Parts: sequence; C-alpha cells; structure tokens
Amino acid sequence: MLVVGGTSDMGRAIAHRHAAAGGALILTARDTARMEPDAQDIRLRYRTEVTVVGFDLLALETHAGLLDGLPALPDIVVCVAGLLGDHTVSRGDPIAAKLVMETNYVAPALLLGLVANRFEARGRGVIVGISSVAGERGRASNYVYGSAKAGFTAFLSGLRARLSRTSVRVVTIKPGFVATRMTAGLKLPPVLTAQPEEVGAAVAAAIRRHKDVVYVRSIWQPIMTIIRHMPETMFKRIKY
Amino acid sequence: MKLSGWGRYPCVEVVPEQPRTDTEICAHLACATSLIARGNGRSYGDAALNETCVLDMRRMSRLVAFDEGSGFMVCEAGVLLSDLVALFVPRGWFVPVTPGTRFVTIGGMVAADVHGKNHHVAGSFGDHVYWLDLMLADGGVMRCSSEENVGLFNATLGGMGLTGVILRVAFAMQRIETDLMAQRLLKAATLDEAMDLFESNDASTYSVAWIDCLASGGRLGRSLVTLGEHLPRSALPPTREGRPFADVPRQRLALPVSSPAWVMNQRSVAAFNALYYARGRPGERIVSLVSYFYPLDAIGGWNRLYGRNGFVQYQFVLPKSASREGLRAILDRVAAAGAGSFLAVLKLFGTVRSRAGSLSFPREGYTLALDFPVSAGTFKLLEQLDAIVAAFGGRLYLAKDARSGAAMLAGYDQLDAFRALRERLDPVRHLSSLLSRRLGL
Repeated sequence: MLVVGGTSDMGRAIAHRHAAAGGALILTARDTARMEPDAQDIRLRYRTEVTVVGFDLLALETHAGLLDGLPALPDIVVCVAGLLGDHTVSRGDPIAAKLVMETNYVAPALLLGLVANRFEARGRGVIVGISSVAGERGRASNYVYGSAKAGFTAFLSGLRARLSRTSVRVVTIKPGFVATRMTAGLKLPPVLTAQPEEVGAAVAAAIRRHKDVVYVRSIWQPIMTIIRHMPETMFKRIKY
Repeated sequence: MKLSGWGRYPCVEVVPEQPRTDTEICAHLACATSLIARGNGRSYGDAALNETCVLDMRRMSRLVAFDEGSGFMVCEAGVLLSDLVALFVPRGWFVPVTPGTRFVTIGGMVAADVHGKNHHVAGSFGDHVYWLDLMLADGGVMRCSSEENVGLFNATLGGMGLTGVILRVAFAMQRIETDLMAQRLLKAATLDEAMDLFESNDASTYSVAWIDCLASGGRLGRSLVTLGEHLPRSALPPTREGRPFADVPRQRLALPVSSPAWVMNQRSVAAFNALYYARGRPGERIVSLVSYFYPLDAIGGWNRLYGRNGFVQYQFVLPKSASREGLRAILDRVAAAGAGSFLAVLKLFGTVRSRAGSLSFPREGYTLALDFPVSAGTFKLLEQLDAIVAAFGGRLYLAKDARSGAAMLAGYDQLDAFRALRERLDPVRHLSSLLSRRLGL
C-alpha cells in the first residue's frame, strides 16, 4: 500500500491498520526525517516492510516520477493529503486559497489520475481517496476547502465510473469530523467525531467489502442526505 | 471539556493538548505558565490535572527500538501497555511489572513507578528502566539513568510527572513461554492467616489477596489469596498443545452510563463479598495472562459503578513490622464505619531496591487498596484512616490519592531531596498538577 500523506494522524492510522494485517507499506512525506520515526514504529509493531519516500504532492511534475520510481506498482494507493486552512484568510487571500484548493483537489486528483492509468494498464488495483463531507455542499464557513473536496469527490466518482468495467476499484472515504491535528482546537460534537483509528478501520473495511463511497461514522449518511436535499433558499440562511 | 482521573473526582475544565513530537512539547512548555503531562488518565485522583494546560501524551506513541534477542525496548511515553501486550505477548515477551490495568501508558507507569503482584521478587517498574529522556521545564532534554543524571532519574521514577515531561523510556521486557498463567487460590479465614500465606509463599512470582473489608469480629480480614506463575511451555494443557500463544482477548463490555450511587451500598457490597468469598474454591487452574492480570479491563468504564459523583481509592503501605497491628486497626475502622469497598486488595511488598525513586510508593510491608464513593462520610473516614496510617509510619500512593493533606507526605523519607530538586530545576513550579499544589510538592 502506498500512503500519500502518511505523516497525518489519519495517514498514520490507515498505515497501522494495513500493517497490522501484514501488509507492506510505502509512505511518502515531504520531510522524510520526520516520517522515519513513524515508519520505524510500524516496523517494530508489525514486523512488516516500510519504505519512506520523499515526495511533495504539490510538485505536479514529480508525480509520474514517484510512481515510476517505485520498485513495483503498489496494489493499493491511498491519498490522505489535505489542508483545512483558515477560512477567514482563504476568503481574502488568493494565494492561501489556491494552496487549499491545490492540496485538497488539484494535486491529489492529478496524482490518482496517473495511478488509475497505470492500474488500468496492469488490470487491477485499488485507489482510495480521503475526501470530505464538506465537499457535499458549500458552507459559508469553509467553502474554499469544501469546493476543493467537492472537486476531488467528483473526480473520484468519474474515475470509478470510467474504470467500472475493469478490475480497478476507486473508493471515496468521507470521514466527517475526525479528532486530528487538523481539527485540534475546533469544538466538535463528540457523536459526529471519529478517532483517526476509526478511519483506518473504515478504509480497511471499504477495501475488503468493495465499497464505493463510505462515511466513517454512519450517522453522517442521514445528515448529509438532509443537507444535500435542502432547498438552496433555505440552505443559504442556516448557520452551520 | 471536563477532565478527571479514573475516580472521576475531582474534575477540571480544560482542553488537553495532543503533542506529536518533542518540538511540540517544547513549544507548549514555552507558552503555558503551568502544565502537566497526562497518559491514559488511569491515575485515580488529581495527579494528571491542571486547569491551565494538560499534555495528553497518547499521540507520542511510537516504538523506537526493540531487540528480539534481549527484550531491550525503547518507546515513547504515550505508548499504551495494552498495545505492548497485544503485540508482544504473542511473540513471547511481557512487561517485567504490570499494574492491574493494561490501559495505562509507559510514561504513566514510570511517573507513578507502578508495582504489580510480583513486587516482592521484581520490584517496581522503575527497577527495570535502563534510561529515560526527560524534557525539563526549560525545554532542555536530559537522558537520565542510574549512571547519568542519577538524582533526576530517581526523582522521576514515581515523581508524578513533576520533574519534567517523560519523552522516551528504555526498559527490559521479560521472556514468557506461553500466554497462560498457573493460578493457585488459597482461602484465609482471618487477616493473620492471609498474612501468613503471603509470608510462606514468598517464592511465588505473583501474589495478591482480595480481602472482604466488611467482615468484622472473628472474620476480620478474611481473604482469597491468589498466587500465580507464568505457565512453562512444558505444562501446556492438551487443548493448547503446540500453541503456546493463542489467547484472543475477549471483547470488552462497556458500562455506558453511570449507575446510580445507591447501587454500591453497604448491603450490596456485603452480599457480593460474602458470595465472592464463599464461591472461591481453593485449588489450581490455568487462566489466560490477560484475564489473570487485567480482570477489570473486561468491563470498560467500571469507574462508573460508583455513580456520578465518582469515587476515591485509598491505598497505603505500612512498614512490615507494624503491618499486623496497623491493618487490624484500619480494617476495624472500615468495618465499623460500614463503608463497603468493592475492591479491597492486599499485597506484601518486598524490600525496596537501591534504585527506588524518591517518591516511589512501594516499600517493604503490606499495602492495602480500598475504594469508596465520594461523599462527606467517606472523607471523614479517610481522615481517620490517615491518622492510623501516619501513626504506624505508613504512606499513601499518590497515583490513587485525591484528597490527603501535605502532612501525609511525612511517610516519604526522601521527600526533602525531591523538594530540593524541584526548587533547583523548576523554582516557579512550571510543571504542576492539582496534586502537586495540594501537597506542596
């Protein structure tokens, strides 16, 4: 399994879960020195092979090189990269907003697009994209992030449709709120907030059970159904 | 959010920080005026509480090194013992000393210098620590061991997190041949009998007694004494032939809500105790390691049994020479008050090794742990018990304590050295907890 964004809490949890089942891992990180202690932890815990590869997701020209430079094309590629950003900054600063858009949509989508082509050529593979419930409707309080996730969700959906007649599978994970470094300091309702380990378990289950789209906590399913179906005239007035 | 220890008393309002790296811990030390590190929140009282800043260390949970040949382990302070049990028991390795729950962190085990049922042969957890990395109040990192920074090392074992933030711990794991335990149950009709059993069975690796603290008069101190050994491979039962490590720990049951406080009353506890004592059948049996060491872990959230107000645990140790008289006085007092303690655990500690931390709880003698629901009556009773413990030269276990006064620290003979070290390293008490302020540490 290749995990892009392995230094994040979710990335770490997904990697642990996979390694616990005996799987080998390739973890990418911009700063490999920072990744190495996590890699060593996984090796010691699960006695599995863990390779750390230096990679900057935002450097689009390096994407093909990353995939072609691996000893073998992995069976599973998971993209966990994401950046919430500060919405009040993103609203007024195009450079900051662009970084949020690129990190959540442009770069992950383009990388997974290249992965999909290689999987298609080989005839099999599983692509897992960690998107967000925030991508289902633009909220006043985080539409820069939300729109990027919306783009990513749509891209994954399109890839899945394109590859539906092959043995390549595409999984979209919508974690909902997760207690991670990204959300530290935010007031999150406990019932709706998953631990990173739950995301790890959800990814493993989605791969095993051939799922397309997965909410980590099932309570998000009805909530998002309501939110998706709310008329815009009403939606634009509610604060959430 | 409301944060408390395992006894759910007292509570403070604070949002814990979750550092992932040394650098992040250093940043918190630089900007918070006062902070304390916290592991998995299994100390009972106020040791891991601070209303300004609490460092939840559970994301500092990486294994750093492990030698399959010798059992030499290095890990970050936030690693859970339950993870080590799940990962290493099947490989034939177990911790040298374990507390009664596996849901503790390694850093917490050092900070409380925890003991187990094998104290009389293995000492406390600190006796198996090779070295530790400690971040001091000024952000500097010190490697401490019995060879370098010895004073700091000794003060940190059992130092309740007050010497600095424990970052990494190197310790010895012990080899086990199977994941099973050979357990022997002995019945003691009186306190004297129980104590005699401890003393005549001091060659057993593990020993502990459950004591019926509501029994009085001629039955005072009646107990079930449990002895245990790791089962050698040669003694595997036929059903486990060739499979020395096959235990799959059961699913945990969780107590989802607090039971009403009246559930744990004198009558219900007395009835439970009488039944438990009567049903205890002397003899030998083979049990899994997990159920042997961690019976209460099978019920997640058992701390909710005592109701919303929480409970306090009271654990003391008395010098061995004063133990018979002192224990009798205390059990008399508890039985007379009719205060039912659901858990009452008696254990004989062995002689303390040279390495024992300045504030380490264990010393040679008998230790008894009791718990009581939080109430005005409980606090009054505990003050009476304090007087008895102090009169017999005993001390209280700080990891359990939520309410004693500074005078009770008199039982710690290296207290002055600990305070002097604090004064030198951290004069403004940057590292502090509700406990350290309550006790003037």
